This record gives sequence, structure tokens and C-alpha cells, in this order.
Amino acid sequence: MFVAWRDLKFAKGRFALMGTVIVLITLLVGLLSGLTAGLGRQNVSAITGLPADRIAFDAPGGGQDLSYADSTVTAGQWLQWARTPGVTSAEPLGITTTRATAGDRSTGVSVFGVRPGSPLAPGSGEIDDGSVVLSTPAADDLGLKPGATFALAGQRLTVAAVRGDASFSHTPVIWTSLTTWRKTAPPAAADGPTATVVALSTDSATDTRAADEAAGTRTVSREDSLSAIGSYTSENGSLQLMRGFLFAISALVIGAFFTVWTIQRSADVAVLKALGASTAGLLKDALGQALVLLAGGTLVGTGIAAALGALVAGSAVPFLLTPATVLFPAAVMVLLGALGAALSIRRITSVDPLTALGSAR
Amino acid sequence: MSLHLTDVTLTYPDGESRLTALDRVTLDVPKGSLTAVVGPSGSGKSSLLAVAATLITPDHGTVTIDGTTTTGMTRGELTDLRRHKIGIVFQQPNLLPSLTAAEQLQVMARIDGRSPAKARTRALELLDAVGLADQAGRRPHQLSGGQRQRVNIARALMNDPTVLLVDEPTSALDHERGAAVIDLITRLTHRQAAATVLVTHDRTHLTAVDRIAVVRDGRLRLPTPAG
Ligand SMILES: Nc1ncnc2c1ncn2[C@@H]1O[C@H](COP(=O)(O)OP(=O)(O)OP(=O)(O)O)[C@@H](O)[C@H]1O
Ligand SMILES: [Mg+2]
Repeated sequence: MFVAWRDLKFAKGRFALMGTVIVLITLLVGLLSGLTAGLGRQNVSAITGLPADRIAFDAPGGGQDLSYADSTVTAGQWLQWARTPGVTSAEPLGITTTRATAGDRSTGVSVFGVRPGSPLAPGSGEIDDGSVVLSTPAADDLGLKPGATFALAGQRLTVAAVRGDASFSHTPVIWTSLTTWRKTAPPAAADGPTATVVALSTDSATDTRAADEAAGTRTVSREDSLSAIGSYTSENGSLQLMRGFLFAISALVIGAFFTVWTIQRSADVAVLKALGASTAGLLKDALGQALVLLAGGTLVGTGIAAALGALVAGSAVPFLLTPATVLFPAAVMVLLGALGAALSIRRITSVDPLTALGSAR
Repeated sequence: MSLHLTDVTLTYPDGESRLTALDRVTLDVPKGSLTAVVGPSGSGKSSLLAVAATLITPDHGTVTIDGTTTTGMTRGELTDLRRHKIGIVFQQPNLLPSLTAAEQLQVMARIDGRSPAKARTRALELLDAVGLADQAGRRPHQLSGGQRQRVNIARALMNDPTVLLVDEPTSALDHERGAAVIDLITRLTHRQAAATVLVTHDRTHLTAVDRIAVVRDGRLRLPTPAG
């Protein structure tokens, strides 16, 4: 790294420019990652927080995909699952999105209907047909405290408690009884819907396929059920795509920079080789130089992203600041950047020391 | 004897046939002596130097450096040999733009993995020997052409080479500086006990060298020893 360090200092301007590009791309990737995670959480946290490992949907006809919006399960289906060997818990869960109004405040909410005492809802012991549990963001949006009343799809309800921060499809969750939920749901078929899905806790002995056939349901793992939330797949997919493109762009930009840089110094490389420097040593130094630049730029970019994330955390911006959302993209940046640099630095191998002799340069 | 070229033939591809750049050249250079190689343009001087520097493998014949015959060596082994045994003074100074004069020399110790502290002392000592003690901290763009060439010479001596190869060292310098540079190389050859080959097309400065060999059309002619 003897020459590499001095080159870094000597060609300050060029490396500073490249470093700035790395900082900016890392910043963008960091912010995008935090935002993706934040938005994702707003979309799915109510489902990922359920104490269940599988979700049974009403089997959709005509090759349709599973959907929380379209599924309705009947009491028969639920009881069928409850009787299935290996199922330790089968809890009906009703889901609708509607409006809640308190005074002059009004907000879109997701109504999650559960049986009284169900383990699905936080503080479900306090839920009955007239009282509900609000998630913190729902209480904040409506300006409600325990004991207050509000209107939900034409029903007057009392706030029994404010618990958790479950959110579904970008709306805060209100936990109600199944009866209350049913009044918010669209009118349904003959024997009336019991719920939207059945949340299951199973053990390895459960024969899901046979139970699905018997109950006329389709069961997926809790994580796989996320794609049944209308906007989740497309939203998450496009954000991930953007992030992927940024990773690819950064690798290409870094590769291009080091290609030009390596070509520029190929005369120096030829001299060093003629003087007896090994190709392996020269490659190691060049890669070390690239890593210093990458690590420095990524560190600064990630630092700024984390600082901005901490600044907006708690505001309306759905930004999630965790090691996974900040450090993972930084690691990927360094890895891909090093790969791009390595591919361009490789041409050091083909520099002929003979070119250092003579006057032709 | 420190540098032996024995029956060296080198050809370059030239259309359908091959061009003979060196034709059965035999040259022995003892330690502590300087052999100047002169000849017209295109006669094969640079080719001779490149073969002696192990940068080109000849079609035929052997190169022996300090008792080691280079025939059949891998590229890595040749690199090691160059690092330990061969000093090259390039035609252009070929200094690295980001390094100071002293660092140009220290880099030689670095690529050999030697102690940085000793290398610094040795570098300053050599810079002093070429009359640049007070320029040690300057970068190439802050040095004159003649000063750069002297750094180039000092660098070649940094690893105490057995063989010193010098390529047209005066081509970029005026008459006076050219003479001084040849004089310096002659003195250092004796001081370091190196086997030196100096290639040039300009005979005017060669008053103090030990002998002058002439190449013409790839053939080397040595002077008949006096006596
Ligand atoms: N890479 C090459 N490919 C083909 N022919 C070459 C190559 N290098 C040199 N030659 C030819 O080999 C012959 C000897 O060239 P060389 O460079 O050794 O001459 P020189 O004595 O150093 O000349 P000058 O004084 O002009 O530097 C010339 O005819 C030249 O054209
Ligand atoms: Mg030449």
C-alpha cells in the first residue's frame, strides 16, 4: 500500500469525486432501505405480529391468487381446522378496511375482528361487542384515550385500551370482536362469514394438504400470506428493484472509475514490474486502495442515512432504522464495489514491464 | 563475472518472416566495470538491454545473472531475480508522480519487504551520492530533468544490484548534464561493484568507461583487449 496511499493523497481531487459518488449512492441506498422496511412494516406488521405460523384462506376458485380482501371463511371451515390433529390453535380472524370517526377527526383503519379472549389480539380480554382495543397509531390519529367513544362504520364503540402498533395495508389496526367486525364487513353468503381467514398454530404432525381438502381452504405460512395483501408485493417489489438497480449502478460506476484509473497508471505499473514488483503485490495494493475508498465512502454515506433516519423516526415518514436496514446495504455496496473494482484492476496482470524500457510511452 | 550473455539470438515477427534483432551475441561483464554499447538506430541496443533485464526471453542462447541462468525460469522467478540482482536506469526517468525523491527509492525496499527505517537511511545516503540530498522531499514535477534522471539512477542502486542496466541515460539532457550523468554512473559502478551495461547512440561522453562495444545489425563487436 506504499504507493497506493500516496496515490490516494496525490490524486485527491479524483478520489474525492469518486468518494462523493459512493457517499451519495450509499446514502440513497440507505434511505431507500429504511423506507422500504418502514413502508413494509406499515403494510404487514399486524400479520407478522400474529402468534400463528400458518394462515388458512378460503380456497379461491378459477386459479385466482390468495387475497386477504377476497377471502371469507365460514364457521364450518374454522371448526374443521380446529378439529384437525396437530393444530394447537385455530383462531378466526376478520379483516376489513373502513373509516373511523371521533369528533371532527377521521381516519382509515383496518378492523381486525377476533373471538373474545383470542390470543391474536393484544389485550383481547377487554374486547367485547361494545368495546375495542386501539393500536397506538389509531389512537393517535383519532386523538382517543381509553374510555373515549368513537364511530366505526355506523357503530358507537368505547376504547377499552390502547395496545401495540399493529398496522395493515398502511392503516392502523383496531381490534374488535367478531360480531362488531361482521357489521363492518360487506354482507355475505347464506350461513354468514365467520371471519376472513383462520390463523393456525400447527406442529409438524399436521397434514395441511388433507385438512385443506376437507375444509375447502388453502393454507400458507404466515410469511407467504403477506403477498395476499393487495399492495405489498408490487410496492415492495418496485422498491427492491430500485435498490437492486442502485447496487448495480454503483458497481458499474466504481468499475468504470477504476478502469480509467488503472489505464492511467499502467505506465507506472510497467515501471514497478520492471523494477521487480510482483503482479500479486500490485493487485493487492490496488484492491486495498479501492477498498479504502469504498469503505470510507460507504461509512460516510451510511452515517448520513442513519442520522437522517433517526431524525425522521417518529414523524409521519415510515422510516425503519435497524442494523439490517442500514448495515446490510452498506455491506452489499462494499462487496459489489469491490467486485467492480477487482474486475477493472485485473488488467494490471496484462501490463508488460517491457514497455517501461525505451522512450516510447 | 556477473553478467553473461552467451550466444544470444533474438528475433521479432516481421510479416511472414522474422527479423533478427540480436545475432549470436556473447557478452561478459565483470563486477565493478562498465561496458558501453553503442550503435546506430535500429541496431539492437535496446533489445540487448531488454534481454539482459530478463524482460524478453531470447530465441536462443542463455543469460546468466550472478551465476544464475535464467533459462526456463517462470515469470515470478524472473521478477524476483530482477528485484534482487538487477538495477535498471530507464531512458525516461519513469518516476512515480505521487512519490517524493526519497520515496522513489524507498519503494524498492517496500516491494522487497525490507525494513522501512533502514530503507529511509539508505535512500537518503544514495540521494546524497547523486548530489540530491537537499531534494529528498520533492516530487518529480518539482525536479529538473537532470535531477529526475539522477533519482532514476539512485533508485536503480537501491537494492544493491549485481547487474546495472542503463538505457540511453543522456537522451533527454543537454551536453553538460549528459557528461555529468555518465560520469556519475561510472563512479557508482566502481563504488557499488556492479556489472554495468550502458546503452547509448552518443559516443561523446564515453571517455571514462571501461570499454566500448559496438552493435551493428544485431551483431556485437568487442574491442580487442589492449596489450
Ligand atoms: N517489438 C518489436 N517488434 C518487431 N520488431 C522490433 C521490435 N522492437 C524492435 N524491433 C526491431 O528490432 C531491431 C532492433 O531494435 P532496437 O530497439 O533494439 O534498436 P536500437 O539499437 O535500440 O535502436 P534506437 O537507437 O533507435 O533505440 C530494429 O530493426 C527494430 O525495428
Ligand atoms: Mg533503443
